[in-house]
Amino acid sequence: MTKKAMSEVLLKVSNLKKYYNSGSLFQKKKTLKALDGVSFELHRGETLGIVGESGCGKSTLAKSIIRLIEPTAGEIILGDKDFRKLSGQNLKEARKHIKMIFQDPYSSLNPRMTVNEIIGEPLDIAKAYKDVEERNKKIENTMETVGLDLSWKNRFPHEFSGGQRQRIGIAKAIILNPDIVICDEPVSALDVSIQAKIINLLLRLQRELNISYIFISHDLSVVRHIADRVMVMYGGKVVEEGITEDIFSNPKDDYTKTLLESIPYII
Amino acid sequence: MYHSDILKNMAKNKIAILSAMILICLVIICIFAPFLTPYDPNKQALNDRLLAPSMTHLWGTDQYGRDILTRCIYGCRISLSVGIISQLIATFIGYFLGVAAGYFGEIVDDIISFIIQVFSSFPFLLFAMALMYALGAGKVNLYLSLGFLSWAATARLIRSKVMEIKNQEYIQACKIDGGSNLRIILKHLLPNCIPMLIVSITLGIPNAILSEASLSYLGLGIPVPTASWGNMIAESQQFIRSNTYYSLFPGLCIIVTVMAFNMFGDGLRDALDPKLHSQKGGL
Repeated sequence: MTKKAMSEVLLKVSNLKKYYNSGSLFQKKKTLKALDGVSFELHRGETLGIVGESGCGKSTLAKSIIRLIEPTAGEIILGDKDFRKLSGQNLKEARKHIKMIFQDPYSSLNPRMTVNEIIGEPLDIAKAYKDVEERNKKIENTMETVGLDLSWKNRFPHEFSGGQRQRIGIAKAIILNPDIVICDEPVSALDVSIQAKIINLLLRLQRELNISYIFISHDLSVVRHIADRVMVMYGGKVVEEGITEDIFSNPKDDYTKTLLESIPYII
Repeated sequence: MYHSDILKNMAKNKIAILSAMILICLVIICIFAPFLTPYDPNKQALNDRLLAPSMTHLWGTDQYGRDILTRCIYGCRISLSVGIISQLIATFIGYFLGVAAGYFGEIVDDIISFIIQVFSSFPFLLFAMALMYALGAGKVNLYLSLGFLSWAATARLIRSKVMEIKNQEYIQACKIDGGSNLRIILKHLLPNCIPMLIVSITLGIPNAILSEASLSYLGLGIPVPTASWGNMIAESQQFIRSNTYYSLFPGLCIIVTVMAFNMFGDGLRDALDPKLHSQKGGL
Protein backbone atom coordinates (compact mmCIF):
# COMPACT_ATOMS: atom_id res chain seq x y z
CA MET A 1 0.00 0.00 0.00
CA THR A 2 2.80 2.38 0.84
CA LYS A 3 4.36 1.58 -2.50
CA LYS A 4 1.19 2.67 -4.23
CA ALA A 5 0.98 5.85 -2.20
CA MET A 6 4.39 6.73 -3.54
CA SER A 7 3.53 6.04 -7.16
CA GLU A 8 2.49 8.50 -9.83
CA VAL A 9 -0.75 10.45 -9.38
CA LEU A 10 -2.99 9.81 -12.40
CA LEU A 11 -6.05 11.74 -11.44
CA LYS A 12 -6.41 14.60 -9.03
CA VAL A 13 -9.88 15.88 -8.31
CA SER A 14 -10.19 18.97 -6.18
CA ASN A 15 -13.24 20.64 -4.77
CA LEU A 16 -15.59 19.18 -7.37
CA LYS A 17 -19.12 20.56 -7.15
CA LYS A 18 -22.33 19.80 -9.00
CA TYR A 19 -25.42 21.82 -8.08
CA TYR A 20 -28.85 21.36 -9.58
CA ASN A 21 -31.24 24.29 -9.50
CA SER A 22 -34.91 23.56 -9.35
CA GLY A 23 -38.11 25.52 -8.87
CA SER A 24 -39.93 27.44 -11.57
CA LEU A 25 -40.64 31.13 -11.97
CA PHE A 26 -43.04 31.49 -9.05
CA GLN A 27 -41.48 29.01 -6.68
CA LYS A 28 -38.66 29.57 -4.30
CA LYS A 29 -35.39 28.52 -5.94
CA LYS A 30 -33.99 25.34 -4.48
CA THR A 31 -30.45 24.13 -4.98
CA LEU A 32 -29.67 20.45 -4.75
CA LYS A 33 -26.04 19.88 -3.92
CA ALA A 34 -25.35 16.52 -5.57
CA LEU A 35 -21.61 17.00 -5.13
CA ASP A 36 -20.35 19.47 -2.59
CA GLY A 37 -16.63 19.89 -2.70
CA VAL A 38 -15.22 16.42 -3.38
CA SER A 39 -11.44 16.05 -3.53
CA PHE A 40 -9.26 12.97 -3.95
CA GLU A 41 -6.26 11.56 -5.72
CA LEU A 42 -5.92 8.36 -7.70
CA HIS A 43 -2.52 6.65 -8.11
CA ARG A 44 -1.39 4.35 -10.86
CA GLY A 45 -2.47 0.76 -10.41
CA GLU A 46 -4.60 1.27 -7.32
CA THR A 47 -8.29 0.78 -6.73
CA LEU A 48 -10.25 3.50 -5.02
CA GLY A 49 -13.56 2.27 -3.68
CA ILE A 50 -16.38 4.77 -3.32
CA VAL A 51 -19.18 3.73 -1.00
CA GLY A 52 -22.29 5.36 0.32
CA GLU A 53 -26.06 5.04 0.34
CA SER A 54 -28.28 5.60 -2.70
CA GLY A 55 -28.41 9.25 -3.68
CA CYS A 56 -25.20 10.22 -1.93
CA GLY A 57 -23.62 11.38 -5.17
CA LYS A 58 -21.53 8.37 -6.13
CA SER A 59 -22.80 8.11 -9.68
CA THR A 60 -22.88 11.89 -10.12
CA LEU A 61 -19.23 11.90 -9.11
CA ALA A 62 -18.39 9.22 -11.68
CA LYS A 63 -20.26 11.03 -14.44
CA SER A 64 -18.73 14.38 -13.50
CA ILE A 65 -15.19 13.02 -13.53
CA ILE A 66 -15.70 11.69 -17.03
CA ARG A 67 -17.58 14.85 -18.09
CA LEU A 68 -20.76 13.04 -18.97
CA ILE A 69 -22.35 15.78 -16.90
CA GLU A 70 -20.58 19.10 -16.62
CA PRO A 71 -19.58 19.85 -13.01
CA THR A 72 -20.53 23.26 -11.60
CA ALA A 73 -17.09 23.95 -10.19
CA GLY A 74 -13.83 22.25 -9.32
CA GLU A 75 -10.76 20.89 -10.98
CA ILE A 76 -10.06 17.51 -12.60
CA ILE A 77 -6.38 17.03 -13.39
CA LEU A 78 -5.89 13.99 -15.60
CA GLY A 79 -2.19 13.21 -16.00
CA ASP A 80 -0.84 16.72 -16.44
CA LYS A 81 -3.85 18.25 -18.16
CA ASP A 82 -6.86 20.06 -16.80
CA PHE A 83 -9.54 17.72 -18.11
CA ARG A 84 -12.35 20.26 -17.69
CA LYS A 85 -10.65 22.81 -19.94
CA LEU A 86 -9.94 20.42 -22.82
CA SER A 87 -11.96 20.48 -26.01
CA GLY A 88 -11.88 19.16 -29.55
CA GLN A 89 -8.98 16.91 -30.46
CA ASN A 90 -7.27 17.27 -27.07
CA LEU A 91 -10.41 16.12 -25.29
CA LYS A 92 -10.73 13.16 -27.66
CA GLU A 93 -7.11 12.25 -26.97
CA ALA A 94 -7.59 12.50 -23.20
CA ARG A 95 -10.74 10.39 -23.36
CA LYS A 96 -8.65 7.45 -24.55
CA HIS A 97 -7.13 7.23 -21.08
CA ILE A 98 -10.30 7.19 -19.01
CA LYS A 99 -13.11 4.71 -19.59
CA MET A 100 -16.18 3.49 -17.80
CA ILE A 101 -17.92 0.20 -17.08
CA PHE A 102 -21.63 0.51 -16.50
CA GLN A 103 -24.01 -1.04 -14.04
CA ASP A 104 -26.65 -2.45 -16.33
CA PRO A 105 -25.22 -4.89 -18.87
CA TYR A 106 -28.54 -4.76 -20.72
CA SER A 107 -28.75 -1.07 -21.53
CA SER A 108 -25.02 -0.52 -21.92
CA LEU A 109 -24.79 -2.43 -25.21
CA ASN A 110 -26.60 -1.30 -28.34
CA PRO A 111 -29.05 -4.14 -29.15
CA ARG A 112 -28.63 -3.58 -32.89
CA MET A 113 -24.85 -3.86 -33.06
CA THR A 114 -22.77 -7.01 -33.17
CA VAL A 115 -20.13 -7.79 -30.54
CA ASN A 116 -17.49 -6.93 -33.11
CA GLU A 117 -18.98 -3.49 -33.73
CA ILE A 118 -19.53 -2.81 -30.02
CA ILE A 119 -16.01 -3.68 -28.91
CA GLY A 120 -14.50 -1.96 -31.94
CA GLU A 121 -16.34 1.32 -31.46
CA PRO A 122 -13.73 3.01 -29.22
CA LEU A 123 -11.12 2.04 -31.83
CA ASP A 124 -13.21 3.56 -34.60
CA ILE A 125 -13.74 6.81 -32.71
CA ALA A 126 -10.10 7.12 -31.70
CA LYS A 127 -9.00 5.96 -35.19
CA ALA A 128 -6.52 3.72 -33.39
CA TYR A 129 -5.72 1.36 -36.26
CA LYS A 130 -4.21 1.49 -39.71
CA ASP A 131 -6.19 -1.22 -41.48
CA VAL A 132 -9.02 -3.66 -40.92
CA GLU A 133 -6.57 -6.41 -40.07
CA GLU A 134 -5.10 -4.47 -37.19
CA ARG A 135 -8.56 -3.62 -35.95
CA ASN A 136 -9.63 -7.27 -36.03
CA LYS A 137 -6.46 -8.32 -34.28
CA LYS A 138 -6.99 -5.82 -31.47
CA ILE A 139 -10.60 -6.87 -31.04
CA GLU A 140 -9.70 -10.56 -30.98
CA ASN A 141 -6.90 -10.03 -28.48
CA THR A 142 -9.17 -8.08 -26.18
CA MET A 143 -11.93 -10.68 -26.47
CA GLU A 144 -9.47 -13.36 -25.45
CA THR A 145 -8.20 -11.27 -22.56
CA VAL A 146 -11.67 -10.91 -21.04
CA GLY A 147 -12.63 -14.52 -21.75
CA LEU A 148 -14.99 -14.20 -24.66
CA ASP A 149 -15.14 -16.87 -27.35
CA LEU A 150 -13.96 -15.53 -30.72
CA SER A 151 -16.81 -17.31 -32.52
CA TRP A 152 -19.22 -14.89 -30.82
CA LYS A 153 -17.94 -11.92 -32.79
CA ASN A 154 -20.92 -11.58 -35.06
CA ARG A 155 -23.60 -12.20 -32.48
CA PHE A 156 -25.94 -9.63 -31.02
CA PRO A 157 -26.04 -8.71 -27.31
CA HIS A 158 -29.43 -10.34 -26.71
CA GLU A 159 -27.84 -13.74 -27.32
CA PHE A 160 -25.67 -13.44 -24.19
CA SER A 161 -26.13 -13.82 -20.44
CA GLY A 162 -25.65 -10.91 -18.03
CA GLY A 163 -22.12 -11.98 -17.11
CA GLN A 164 -21.06 -12.38 -20.74
CA ARG A 165 -22.54 -9.01 -21.56
CA GLN A 166 -20.56 -7.42 -18.76
CA ARG A 167 -17.44 -9.03 -20.23
CA ILE A 168 -18.27 -7.35 -23.55
CA GLY A 169 -18.62 -4.05 -21.67
CA ILE A 170 -15.24 -4.60 -20.01
CA ALA A 171 -13.61 -5.51 -23.35
CA LYS A 172 -14.93 -2.28 -24.78
CA ALA A 173 -13.56 -0.31 -21.83
CA ILE A 174 -10.05 -1.75 -21.94
CA ILE A 175 -9.44 -2.05 -25.68
CA LEU A 176 -7.55 1.27 -25.86
CA ASN A 177 -5.39 0.38 -22.82
CA PRO A 178 -6.76 3.15 -20.60
CA ASP A 179 -5.03 4.28 -17.41
CA ILE A 180 -8.23 4.70 -15.47
CA VAL A 181 -11.45 2.72 -15.58
CA ILE A 182 -14.44 3.96 -13.63
CA CYS A 183 -16.61 1.02 -12.57
CA ASP A 184 -20.11 2.24 -11.70
CA GLU A 185 -21.66 -0.65 -9.76
CA PRO A 186 -20.30 -3.12 -12.30
CA VAL A 187 -21.51 -6.26 -10.56
CA SER A 188 -24.64 -5.24 -8.68
CA ALA A 189 -26.93 -6.33 -11.53
CA LEU A 190 -25.36 -9.81 -11.71
CA ASP A 191 -25.89 -13.12 -9.89
CA VAL A 192 -23.61 -13.66 -6.92
CA SER A 193 -21.73 -16.51 -8.59
CA ILE A 194 -21.10 -14.37 -11.66
CA GLN A 195 -20.12 -11.38 -9.49
CA ALA A 196 -17.08 -13.24 -8.18
CA LYS A 197 -15.94 -14.13 -11.70
CA ILE A 198 -16.25 -10.54 -12.92
CA ILE A 199 -14.44 -9.20 -9.84
CA ASN A 200 -11.61 -11.68 -10.41
CA LEU A 201 -11.47 -10.66 -14.06
CA LEU A 202 -11.16 -7.00 -13.04
CA LEU A 203 -8.38 -7.85 -10.58
CA ARG A 204 -6.51 -9.88 -13.21
CA LEU A 205 -6.80 -7.07 -15.75
CA GLN A 206 -5.47 -4.63 -13.17
CA ARG A 207 -2.40 -6.80 -12.61
CA GLU A 208 -1.79 -7.36 -16.31
CA LEU A 209 -2.50 -3.87 -17.64
CA ASN A 210 -1.72 -1.75 -14.58
CA ILE A 211 -5.10 -0.03 -14.64
CA SER A 212 -6.41 2.19 -11.84
CA TYR A 213 -10.01 1.63 -10.87
CA ILE A 214 -12.51 3.95 -9.33
CA PHE A 215 -14.87 1.33 -8.01
CA ILE A 216 -18.31 2.55 -7.04
CA SER A 217 -20.51 0.19 -5.12
CA HIS A 218 -23.04 -0.01 -2.33
CA ASP A 219 -21.94 -3.57 -1.66
CA LEU A 220 -19.37 -3.12 1.10
CA SER A 221 -18.04 -6.65 1.05
CA VAL A 222 -17.20 -6.36 -2.65
CA VAL A 223 -15.42 -3.05 -2.02
CA ARG A 224 -13.49 -4.53 0.89
CA HIS A 225 -12.33 -7.31 -1.40
CA ILE A 226 -11.23 -5.18 -4.35
CA ALA A 227 -10.29 -1.70 -3.09
CA ASP A 228 -6.92 -0.47 -1.82
CA ARG A 229 -8.39 2.72 -0.48
CA VAL A 230 -11.98 3.62 0.32
CA MET A 231 -13.83 6.90 0.23
CA VAL A 232 -17.11 7.14 2.11
CA MET A 233 -19.62 9.64 0.76
CA TYR A 234 -22.71 11.09 2.36
CA GLY A 235 -24.92 13.89 1.00
CA GLY A 236 -22.48 14.86 -1.74
CA LYS A 237 -19.52 15.13 0.62
CA VAL A 238 -16.63 12.85 1.47
CA VAL A 239 -17.01 11.96 5.15
CA GLU A 240 -14.03 9.66 5.46
CA GLU A 241 -11.19 8.42 3.33
CA GLY A 242 -8.40 5.97 4.00
CA ILE A 243 -6.82 2.59 3.44
CA THR A 244 -9.51 -0.07 3.14
CA GLU A 245 -8.58 -2.16 6.17
CA ASP A 246 -8.31 0.90 8.40
CA ILE A 247 -11.75 2.10 7.42
CA PHE A 248 -13.35 -1.28 7.82
CA SER A 249 -11.68 -2.20 11.10
CA ASN A 250 -11.46 1.22 12.69
CA PRO A 251 -13.98 3.70 11.28
CA LYS A 252 -13.71 7.21 12.68
CA ASP A 253 -16.80 8.92 11.33
CA ASP A 254 -20.25 8.20 12.78
CA TYR A 255 -21.81 7.73 9.38
CA THR A 256 -19.14 5.21 8.38
CA LYS A 257 -19.83 3.29 11.57
CA THR A 258 -23.56 3.16 10.79
CA LEU A 259 -22.82 2.08 7.25
CA LEU A 260 -20.52 -0.70 8.37
CA GLU A 261 -23.02 -1.89 10.96
CA SER A 262 -25.48 -2.40 8.15
CA ILE A 263 -23.42 -5.24 6.66
CA PRO A 264 -25.33 -8.43 7.42
CA TYR A 265 -23.35 -11.00 9.39
CA ILE A 266 -23.62 -14.72 8.91
CA ILE A 267 -23.03 -16.35 12.27
CA MET B 1 -37.07 -8.06 -33.03
CA TYR B 2 -34.69 -9.75 -35.43
CA HIS B 3 -35.04 -10.49 -39.08
CA SER B 4 -36.09 -14.13 -38.86
CA ASP B 5 -38.68 -13.33 -36.17
CA ILE B 6 -40.08 -10.51 -38.26
CA LEU B 7 -40.53 -12.81 -41.26
CA LYS B 8 -42.11 -15.45 -39.05
CA ASN B 9 -44.56 -12.97 -37.57
CA MET B 10 -45.30 -11.64 -41.02
CA ALA B 11 -46.00 -15.12 -42.42
CA LYS B 12 -48.72 -15.64 -39.81
CA ASN B 13 -50.66 -12.64 -41.05
CA LYS B 14 -52.43 -13.80 -44.23
CA ILE B 15 -53.94 -10.41 -45.10
CA ALA B 16 -50.50 -8.80 -44.93
CA ILE B 17 -49.04 -11.50 -47.19
CA LEU B 18 -51.85 -11.01 -49.69
CA SER B 19 -51.29 -7.24 -49.57
CA ALA B 20 -47.58 -7.72 -50.09
CA MET B 21 -48.31 -9.86 -53.14
CA ILE B 22 -50.65 -7.20 -54.56
CA LEU B 23 -48.00 -4.54 -54.00
CA ILE B 24 -45.31 -6.62 -55.67
CA CYS B 25 -47.65 -7.15 -58.67
CA LEU B 26 -48.32 -3.41 -58.85
CA VAL B 27 -44.61 -2.61 -58.81
CA ILE B 28 -43.96 -5.15 -61.59
CA ILE B 29 -46.85 -3.72 -63.61
CA CYS B 30 -45.45 -0.20 -63.20
CA ILE B 31 -41.96 -1.19 -64.25
CA PHE B 32 -43.04 -3.20 -67.30
CA ALA B 33 -45.97 -0.99 -68.29
CA PRO B 34 -44.94 -0.46 -71.97
CA PHE B 35 -44.63 -4.22 -72.51
CA LEU B 36 -47.95 -5.09 -70.90
CA THR B 37 -50.22 -3.05 -73.10
CA PRO B 38 -50.30 -2.51 -76.86
CA TYR B 39 -51.84 0.99 -76.54
CA ASP B 40 -50.31 4.39 -76.00
CA PRO B 41 -51.87 5.99 -72.88
CA ASN B 42 -52.17 9.43 -74.47
CA LYS B 43 -52.89 8.67 -78.12
CA GLN B 44 -56.41 9.66 -79.08
CA ALA B 45 -58.55 7.42 -81.30
CA LEU B 46 -61.72 9.37 -81.83
CA ASN B 47 -63.50 6.50 -83.63
CA ASP B 48 -63.30 4.38 -80.45
CA ARG B 49 -64.81 6.86 -78.01
CA LEU B 50 -66.48 5.60 -74.82
CA LEU B 51 -66.47 1.91 -75.75
CA ALA B 52 -67.75 -0.59 -73.21
CA PRO B 53 -65.30 -3.23 -71.92
CA SER B 54 -64.58 -5.81 -74.61
CA MET B 55 -61.79 -8.19 -75.65
CA THR B 56 -59.88 -5.42 -77.49
CA HIS B 57 -60.32 -2.86 -74.73
CA LEU B 58 -60.60 -4.87 -71.49
CA TRP B 59 -61.71 -1.89 -69.37
CA GLY B 60 -63.27 0.06 -72.25
CA THR B 61 -62.16 3.46 -73.61
CA ASP B 62 -62.62 7.08 -72.54
CA GLN B 63 -64.08 10.08 -74.33
CA TYR B 64 -60.99 10.42 -76.56
CA GLY B 65 -60.83 6.72 -77.38
CA ARG B 66 -57.88 6.02 -75.09
CA ASP B 67 -57.70 2.59 -73.49
CA ILE B 68 -58.72 2.90 -69.81
CA LEU B 69 -56.69 -0.11 -68.66
CA THR B 70 -53.56 1.35 -70.26
CA ARG B 71 -54.20 4.70 -68.62
CA CYS B 72 -54.78 3.03 -65.26
CA ILE B 73 -51.48 1.16 -65.61
CA TYR B 74 -49.60 4.37 -66.39
CA GLY B 75 -51.54 6.10 -63.61
CA CYS B 76 -50.21 3.47 -61.25
CA ARG B 77 -46.69 4.65 -62.06
CA ILE B 78 -47.66 8.16 -61.01
CA SER B 79 -49.44 7.05 -57.85
CA LEU B 80 -46.68 4.75 -56.62
CA SER B 81 -43.89 7.18 -57.44
CA VAL B 82 -45.70 10.07 -55.74
CA GLY B 83 -46.46 7.88 -52.73
CA ILE B 84 -42.96 6.49 -52.33
CA ILE B 85 -40.88 9.55 -53.20
CA SER B 86 -42.95 12.00 -51.20
CA GLN B 87 -42.80 9.69 -48.17
CA LEU B 88 -39.05 9.28 -48.51
CA ILE B 89 -38.72 13.06 -48.48
CA ALA B 90 -41.09 13.30 -45.52
CA THR B 91 -39.20 10.58 -43.64
CA PHE B 92 -35.87 12.25 -44.27
CA ILE B 93 -37.10 15.60 -42.94
CA GLY B 94 -39.05 13.92 -40.15
CA TYR B 95 -36.15 11.78 -38.97
CA PHE B 96 -33.63 14.58 -38.74
CA LEU B 97 -35.99 17.10 -37.16
CA GLY B 98 -37.33 14.44 -34.79
CA VAL B 99 -33.84 13.39 -33.78
CA ALA B 100 -32.74 16.99 -33.34
CA ALA B 101 -35.73 17.69 -31.10
CA GLY B 102 -35.41 14.52 -29.07
CA TYR B 103 -31.64 14.41 -28.83
CA PHE B 104 -30.68 18.03 -28.22
CA GLY B 105 -33.80 18.92 -26.22
CA GLU B 106 -34.23 22.31 -24.59
CA ILE B 107 -34.63 25.24 -27.00
CA VAL B 108 -34.15 23.11 -30.13
CA ASP B 109 -36.93 20.83 -28.94
CA ASP B 110 -39.21 23.78 -28.15
CA ILE B 111 -38.78 25.25 -31.62
CA ILE B 112 -39.18 21.99 -33.53
CA SER B 113 -42.11 20.88 -31.40
CA PHE B 114 -43.81 24.18 -32.14
CA ILE B 115 -43.29 23.68 -35.88
CA ILE B 116 -44.66 20.15 -35.59
CA GLN B 117 -47.75 21.53 -33.85
CA VAL B 118 -48.25 24.12 -36.58
CA PHE B 119 -47.87 21.57 -39.36
CA SER B 120 -50.20 19.06 -37.78
CA SER B 121 -52.91 21.59 -36.94
CA PHE B 122 -53.27 22.80 -40.53
CA PRO B 123 -55.90 21.03 -42.64
CA PHE B 124 -53.67 18.88 -44.82
CA LEU B 125 -55.48 19.05 -48.15
CA LEU B 126 -56.03 22.79 -47.92
CA PHE B 127 -52.35 23.34 -47.23
CA ALA B 128 -51.43 21.00 -50.11
CA MET B 129 -53.79 22.82 -52.47
CA ALA B 130 -52.32 26.18 -51.56
CA LEU B 131 -48.80 24.91 -52.01
CA MET B 132 -49.56 23.23 -55.35
CA TYR B 133 -51.32 26.38 -56.51
CA ALA B 134 -48.21 28.37 -55.66
CA LEU B 135 -45.76 25.90 -57.18
CA GLY B 136 -47.88 24.93 -60.16
CA ALA B 137 -49.19 21.47 -61.11
CA GLY B 138 -46.61 18.80 -61.94
CA LYS B 139 -45.05 15.58 -60.75
CA VAL B 140 -41.93 16.96 -59.09
CA ASN B 141 -43.90 19.66 -57.30
CA LEU B 142 -46.24 16.94 -56.02
CA TYR B 143 -43.32 14.96 -54.59
CA LEU B 144 -41.97 18.05 -52.89
CA SER B 145 -45.16 19.48 -51.51
CA LEU B 146 -46.60 16.20 -50.23
CA GLY B 147 -43.21 15.33 -48.74
CA PHE B 148 -42.87 18.75 -47.20
CA LEU B 149 -46.34 18.57 -45.65
CA SER B 150 -46.34 15.08 -44.17
CA TRP B 151 -43.16 14.89 -42.09
CA ALA B 152 -44.75 16.05 -38.85
CA ALA B 153 -46.13 12.66 -37.76
CA THR B 154 -42.78 10.95 -38.39
CA ALA B 155 -40.91 13.67 -36.54
CA ARG B 156 -43.18 13.34 -33.52
CA LEU B 157 -42.76 9.55 -33.50
CA ILE B 158 -38.98 9.74 -33.81
CA ARG B 159 -38.73 12.48 -31.20
CA SER B 160 -40.39 10.35 -28.54
CA LYS B 161 -38.38 7.26 -29.49
CA VAL B 162 -35.12 9.20 -29.31
CA MET B 163 -36.04 10.72 -25.96
CA GLU B 164 -36.62 7.18 -24.74
CA ILE B 165 -33.27 5.78 -25.91
CA LYS B 166 -30.92 8.75 -25.62
CA ASN B 167 -30.30 8.09 -21.94
CA GLN B 168 -29.42 4.47 -22.49
CA GLU B 169 -25.96 3.68 -21.25
CA TYR B 170 -24.61 2.70 -24.65
CA ILE B 171 -25.20 6.26 -25.86
CA GLN B 172 -23.37 7.57 -22.78
CA ALA B 173 -20.58 5.10 -23.44
CA CYS B 174 -20.23 6.47 -26.96
CA LYS B 175 -19.99 10.00 -25.54
CA ILE B 176 -17.33 8.88 -23.09
CA ASP B 177 -15.32 7.45 -25.99
CA GLY B 178 -15.53 10.89 -27.58
CA GLY B 179 -18.07 9.96 -30.27
CA SER B 180 -19.55 12.95 -32.09
CA ASN B 181 -23.26 13.75 -32.08
CA LEU B 182 -23.41 12.81 -35.75
CA ARG B 183 -21.98 9.40 -34.94
CA ILE B 184 -24.56 8.86 -32.21
CA ILE B 185 -27.38 10.01 -34.49
CA LEU B 186 -26.36 7.81 -37.43
CA LYS B 187 -24.82 4.76 -35.74
CA HIS B 188 -26.87 4.38 -32.59
CA LEU B 189 -30.17 6.19 -33.00
CA LEU B 190 -30.88 5.46 -36.68
CA PRO B 191 -30.66 1.63 -36.49
CA ASN B 192 -33.01 1.72 -33.50
CA CYS B 193 -35.48 3.89 -35.41
CA ILE B 194 -35.42 1.99 -38.72
CA PRO B 195 -38.33 -0.37 -37.97
CA MET B 196 -40.41 2.66 -37.01
CA LEU B 197 -39.38 4.52 -40.14
CA ILE B 198 -40.31 1.60 -42.38
CA VAL B 199 -43.75 1.40 -40.81
CA SER B 200 -44.31 5.13 -41.04
CA ILE B 201 -43.28 5.14 -44.72
CA THR B 202 -45.60 2.22 -45.51
CA LEU B 203 -48.52 3.81 -43.70
CA GLY B 204 -47.78 7.24 -45.14
CA ILE B 205 -47.79 6.09 -48.78
CA PRO B 206 -51.57 5.44 -48.98
CA ASN B 207 -52.26 8.92 -47.60
CA ALA B 208 -49.95 10.44 -50.19
CA ILE B 209 -51.63 8.41 -52.96
CA LEU B 210 -55.05 9.63 -51.82
CA SER B 211 -53.80 13.21 -51.65
CA GLU B 212 -52.33 12.92 -55.14
CA ALA B 213 -55.68 11.59 -56.42
CA SER B 214 -57.56 14.42 -54.68
CA LEU B 215 -55.20 17.09 -55.98
CA SER B 216 -55.26 15.67 -59.51
CA TYR B 217 -59.06 15.50 -59.30
CA LEU B 218 -59.05 19.18 -58.46
CA GLY B 219 -56.68 19.89 -61.33
CA LEU B 220 -53.79 20.83 -59.04
CA GLY B 221 -51.84 17.58 -59.21
CA ILE B 222 -50.82 15.90 -62.43
CA PRO B 223 -51.65 18.07 -65.49
CA VAL B 224 -54.32 16.62 -67.74
CA PRO B 225 -52.91 14.69 -70.70
CA THR B 226 -50.79 12.55 -68.38
CA ALA B 227 -52.85 9.76 -66.87
CA SER B 228 -53.36 9.75 -63.13
CA TRP B 229 -56.14 8.00 -61.26
CA GLY B 230 -57.30 11.31 -59.80
CA ASN B 231 -57.62 13.21 -63.05
CA MET B 232 -59.19 10.16 -64.75
CA ILE B 233 -61.96 10.23 -62.16
CA ALA B 234 -62.33 13.99 -62.68
CA GLU B 235 -62.67 13.50 -66.43
CA SER B 236 -65.05 10.57 -66.06
CA GLN B 237 -67.61 12.23 -63.84
CA GLN B 238 -69.63 13.76 -66.66
CA PHE B 239 -70.10 10.25 -68.09
CA ILE B 240 -70.92 8.61 -64.77
CA ARG B 241 -74.54 7.83 -65.78
CA SER B 242 -73.87 6.49 -69.26
CA ASN B 243 -70.43 4.88 -68.78
CA THR B 244 -70.16 3.94 -65.11
CA TYR B 245 -67.15 1.65 -65.62
CA TYR B 246 -65.11 4.64 -66.78
CA SER B 247 -65.04 6.09 -63.28
CA LEU B 248 -65.31 2.69 -61.63
CA PHE B 249 -61.92 1.31 -62.73
CA PRO B 250 -59.63 4.17 -61.64
CA GLY B 251 -61.60 4.28 -58.37
CA LEU B 252 -61.07 0.55 -57.87
CA CYS B 253 -57.35 1.00 -58.56
CA ILE B 254 -57.12 3.62 -55.81
CA ILE B 255 -59.07 1.50 -53.35
CA VAL B 256 -57.05 -1.67 -53.98
CA THR B 257 -53.68 0.10 -53.79
CA VAL B 258 -54.50 2.12 -50.70
CA MET B 259 -56.00 -0.90 -48.95
CA ALA B 260 -52.98 -3.03 -49.82
CA PHE B 261 -50.56 -0.45 -48.42
CA ASN B 262 -52.60 0.02 -45.26
CA MET B 263 -52.97 -3.72 -44.61
CA PHE B 264 -49.32 -4.34 -45.37
CA GLY B 265 -48.27 -1.48 -43.10
CA ASP B 266 -50.44 -2.77 -40.28
CA GLY B 267 -49.03 -6.26 -40.70
CA LEU B 268 -45.50 -4.89 -40.73
CA ARG B 269 -46.12 -2.91 -37.56
CA ASP B 270 -47.53 -5.97 -35.82
CA ALA B 271 -44.60 -8.07 -36.99
CA LEU B 272 -42.05 -5.53 -35.79
CA ASP B 273 -43.69 -4.93 -32.46
CA PRO B 274 -45.54 -8.10 -31.45
CA LYS B 275 -46.11 -6.90 -27.88
CA LEU B 276 -48.04 -3.84 -28.92
CA HIS B 277 -50.72 -5.55 -30.96
CA SER B 278 -50.69 -9.16 -29.83
CA GLN B 279 -54.17 -8.93 -28.31
CA LYS B 280 -55.63 -8.17 -31.72
CA GLY B 281 -54.09 -11.17 -33.48
CA GLY B 282 -53.88 -11.36 -37.26
CA LEU B 283 -56.98 -10.14 -39.02
